[in-house]
Order: sequence, then C-alpha cells, then structure tokens
Amino acid sequence: MLSLSNLAVARGGVTVLRGLTLTVAPGEALILRGPNGSGKTTLLRTLAGLQPPAEGTCDLPADSVAYAAHADGLKSTLTVSENLSFWSRIYGGPAIDPALRALDLTPLTRRRAGELSAGQKRRLGLARLLVTGRPVWLLDEPTVSLDVASVAMFADAVRGHLATGGLAVIATHVDLGLPEARVLDLGPYRARVIQSTGFDEAFT
Amino acid sequence: MSIWEYANPKKFMALSARALPWAVGLTLVLLVTGLVWGFFFTPDDYKQGSTVKIIYLHVPSAMMAINAWVMMLVTSLIWIVRRHHVSALAAKAAAPVGLTFTLIALVTGALWGQPMWGTWWAWDPRLTSFLILTLFYFGYMALWAAIEDPDTAADLTSILCLVGSVFALLSRYAVLFWNQGLHQGASLSLDKKENVSDVFWLPLVICIAGFVLLFVTMVLLRTRTEIRARRLKALLARERVA
Amino acid sequence: MKALLLRDLRLAFRSGGGFGLGLAFFFLLSVLVPLGVGPEGGTLSRIAPGILWVGALLACLLSLDRIFALDHEDGSLDLLATAPIPLEAVVAVKALAHWIVTGLPLTLIAPGLAIFLNLPPAGYPWLVLSLLLGTPALSIIGAFGAALTVGLRRGGLLLSLLVLPLYVPTLIFGGEVVRRGAEHMALATPLALLAAISLGAAALLPFAAASAIRVNLR
Repeated sequence: MLSLSNLAVARGGVTVLRGLTLTVAPGEALILRGPNGSGKTTLLRTLAGLQPPAEGTCDLPADSVAYAAHADGLKSTLTVSENLSFWSRIYGGPAIDPALRALDLTPLTRRRAGELSAGQKRRLGLARLLVTGRPVWLLDEPTVSLDVASVAMFADAVRGHLATGGLAVIATHVDLGLPEARVLDLGPYRARVIQSTGFDEAFT
Repeated sequence: MSIWEYANPKKFMALSARALPWAVGLTLVLLVTGLVWGFFFTPDDYKQGSTVKIIYLHVPSAMMAINAWVMMLVTSLIWIVRRHHVSALAAKAAAPVGLTFTLIALVTGALWGQPMWGTWWAWDPRLTSFLILTLFYFGYMALWAAIEDPDTAADLTSILCLVGSVFALLSRYAVLFWNQGLHQGASLSLDKKENVSDVFWLPLVICIAGFVLLFVTMVLLRTRTEIRARRLKALLARERVA
Repeated sequence: MKALLLRDLRLAFRSGGGFGLGLAFFFLLSVLVPLGVGPEGGTLSRIAPGILWVGALLACLLSLDRIFALDHEDGSLDLLATAPIPLEAVVAVKALAHWIVTGLPLTLIAPGLAIFLNLPPAGYPWLVLSLLLGTPALSIIGAFGAALTVGLRRGGLLLSLLVLPLYVPTLIFGGEVVRRGAEHMALATPLALLAAISLGAAALLPFAAASAIRVNLR
C-alpha cells in the first residue's frame, strides 16, 4: 500500500507539485498524467526514495519499490540474459525465464544488449521489473518506443503484477490499454508561488 | 534566544549589516598600527637585517590560512548536522579568502627565503604542507564552482571538506616523516618562536589580531554577497515557474 | 554483491571496457622517463621508486571516472540505489573491481618495468608489497572522488583535482617504503602506515562516497 499525505516535491530547489494526498491499494494501478515538466518524473523519484519530499510524507517502505526510469540501466556489452540475471541476483535470484517469456525476449537471450532495437531494449528494461519481486512498480514512460503488440504485452505484465497483489504507479502520455487503472491529472497539484512565511524564501 | 537564530538569513543580514562597519574600522586600525609599527619602528634583526620584517605579513597570513580551513570544517559540519544555509554559504565565502592567505604565506615565505636560505623554494615540511593546503583549497572551490544546484553543492563540498581535513592532517604527518627520512636533522626550520624577541612581539600580535579581523570582515562581506546571489537565483527560478 | 563484482569485472574485460589502458600508460611512462632523464644508471636507480609510484598513481587516476559515470549515464546507478544492497556496499564492491582491474595488474607488472628504471635488487620485493598494500587506497579514494563528481558533465579534470591532494599520504609512504627497501633501511613504519591508510580508507570512505552519490542522485 502506498499512501501520500500533503506531499510536495521539488526539482532543483523549486517546488513543482504540492498538496498530493492519496492512497493506492494493492492490486491497483495509478496513471499519472500531465504535460512535460509537470513533475511526473520528480514525483516518481521521490516515491522511489531517490530524493526527499519537500513537504508532507510519503508512506512507502524503501524495500518494496522497483523503479524503472527513462534509461533502462542496460550494459551494451552484456547479453540479454547476462543483463537480466545480474538484476535477478541483486534481488535474491528468482529465475529469469518467466520474465523473458512474458516480454517475448526468449529468442534474444544470447544477443548483446547493444545489438537490440530500441523497443527490444525497453522490453528488457521492463523484464527487469519482473525479476525484482517487489510489490510496488514505479514506471516512468514505460512504453516509449514500444509498438502496439509490445504495449499489449506490457499491459498484460502489469495486469499479472496487479493480480498477485502488486501495485503500480505509471507516468505516461499514451494509452496503455489499462482501462481499469485510476488516472490522476497532476495539473491541479502544480505548485503556485506562495507568499513568504517569515523565513527567508530563497532558502528552503 | 539561541545562537542558531543567526542562521536565519534575514537575521544574519540584519546583524552583519550592523557589525560590518565596526569590523572594517577595527581591522583598519589594527592593521595600520601593527604594520606601520612593525615595518618602521622596530630595529633590524642583527642576523637577518630588515628582511625579518616580512614576518608581520607572513606569520599572520600563515596562521589564518589554517584557521580559515578549520572554520570551513566547522561550518561544513554545522551544515551537515543542522542544515543552516548561512553556515554552508559562510564556508563557501571563506575558501577564496583562505586560499589568498595561503598564497600570501607562500609568496612572502619565498621572498624571505631567497636572501636567507639562498633559494625561493625548499621541500621543507612546512612549505610542502602549505603547498598541499593550496591544492585542497583549489579542489574545494572547483567543486563549488562546478555544481549548479546550491544545496547539492553545499552537501558535496561539506563531505569533501570533512574527508579533505582528515587527509590534510595525514599529509602533514606524512610530509614530516618524508622529509626527516630524506635529510636527517638538516632541516630549515621556520620556527619563529626561537628568533622572535620582545621588540618584535607586540606589533606581531597586533598584526595577527588585524588579520583575524580582516578574515572576519571578508567572510561577512562575502557571505552577504552569497546570500544575495542566492536570493536573486531564487527569484529568477520563481519567474521561470510562474 | 558478488553479482555486482562479477558484472563489473566482465564489463571491464569485454571489448571497450578500458582494461589495459592504465597498464599501457604505466608502461609508456616507464619507457619515457629514462629517455627524458638520460641513461645514467645511478640517477635512474635513485629516482626509480618515486617514478614507479607516481606512474602507478597516474595510471590509476586514468580510469577513475569510469567507476560510477558509466552506471550513471545508462541509469544503472538509479536502479542500484533502489536495490536491496546498501549503497555503501556498492561503492566498496566497485572500488574492489577497480582495484582488480587496475591496481592488481599494475602491481604485477611493476617489477618488469622496474628493470627499465634500474631499481636496485633489494627494492623489488618492497615495490610489489608496497603497491599491493597501497593501490587499494588509490582505488577507494578514487571511488570517493568519482562519487563526488558523478553527476557532472566534464567531471574528469575536476576529479583529478579533487583526488590528487588526497593521494599525497599514500604516495609519500608508498614511495618511502620502496626507497628505504632499495637502500636496505628500516621500513616497518612507512609500511605499517601505508597499510593503515588503505584499511582506514576502505573502512570509512564508502560511507562518505555513498552519501555523495545519494546527494548526486537527488
């Protein structure tokens, strides 16, 4: 379970989102929407524990999070299975075959990651989520460079994750084929300039 | 009211604005008195001639070179523990001042060393330590300059200052060890205490007090500048957001 | 953690991993110094301990920025920071990997290069021992410097500027061990101090480096 209360997040010292209060229950997916620069990535990084909240609290144990950023964290000189089994061993060693199958990477296992297409790389990055075994997925634009079939594959993987009691927070512009997901428009939470409260406003 | 009240930038600006004229005035009085007395109203040393008078610049700046680093260490610690912005900015403000004192100490030392030792530079433990201190100052300032986000810069430079202090101390002992290892006993000691007699002592103390106040004044001024620069930056960032 | 070590080693030894760059540099330096200084054996054997240590130090410096920068660029560092292993351990393992790829080979080829520099025979065992004890400190201090500069574009030069002063004690004690060894002098003290620096750095700097990485990832 993920619960935020009155959360504000800041990027480079400037608060971008303010007053986020919500809970996401196990089995639920939350889709974040908002234009570029609206703070989707900053929010996800805050949830992942990579940066502290500017205000409020984010109730989410650090050891429950699997984060997938814009960059997939792949090593181009390692093969697909080497890349994936590295992350599997970091997370205590679940088998990588189911993850490879789920994202249709089995035929590519011996290929070097540097030789994959952009979409294949992305799928490998998403397969990493499956081997983490962590209940909370935080995904930043997960379907960039994926074709229609791969997006469907990804949606299935997310559904499978939700069915086992996991939850997901996904920042995206495109339709993911997840009609059951809750959509949160970040527009209303955009931080406005507020009046100084006695303390020097340049120093937060 | 606790002392941390002054870590509030507004309170600091108000207090430092009131303190600055006094600090400037007192610095001028002490420095002029000490230097004029030292340069023109003390006898020449029977052995070193008038070159001895460089101690009125050399000794105080060498002392302040080290004290400035210690002050940066303390303010860095305060930033890490209590996250007072004024403290981090004071550390940033002190670095170029400390570096200048270090360079003054090195240059005046060389000017004195040339006629006395017959060489501008010797790998004496003290000289070497000061050279290494210069490198630490450069690294610290370069790190501040390289990082855009002020809080990130404050955090990283504070960590560098802590680790750097440990290694600076280690270097000091390493250098002592290394030089003894090279020339047993034949060291060109710069230990002033042996050759400073009473005539030179009082103006020297006044000069040291003057340099301490000079340092305080410069750091106050530069910290004020940093705070204003920081406010300006915040305003610009706000404009971009709005 | 073993997985991380194996991955880093595999990456270093695969093509484009940069393994051997430091070794080549060390080799070139040991060849160039006699060409610049002159072939006179006595001069060379006097400066050999220092040159070998400075060469090993600079060769180490060459590959420092790769410790974290590559992982930062491709996003692995973000993922490692949210992984179950503590960031302090990540730093320690990566410094160890750097040492296995740089410090250890440098230690092994140093006696060969010492021949070019006419190191007195008594110095050889101490050269190997001092590098074996001292190069881990170079890697771990370097990892700290790399952690400070990980978020910066063009961090390479800054990294050298930050790390070189921190290398001073290691260099002094390391060079001193070899010099004393070559001249049949007592060297227990610098040897112990060299080992102490390595151990102290390995025990404490991963914490400083990990906090620097956390700041840089914010």
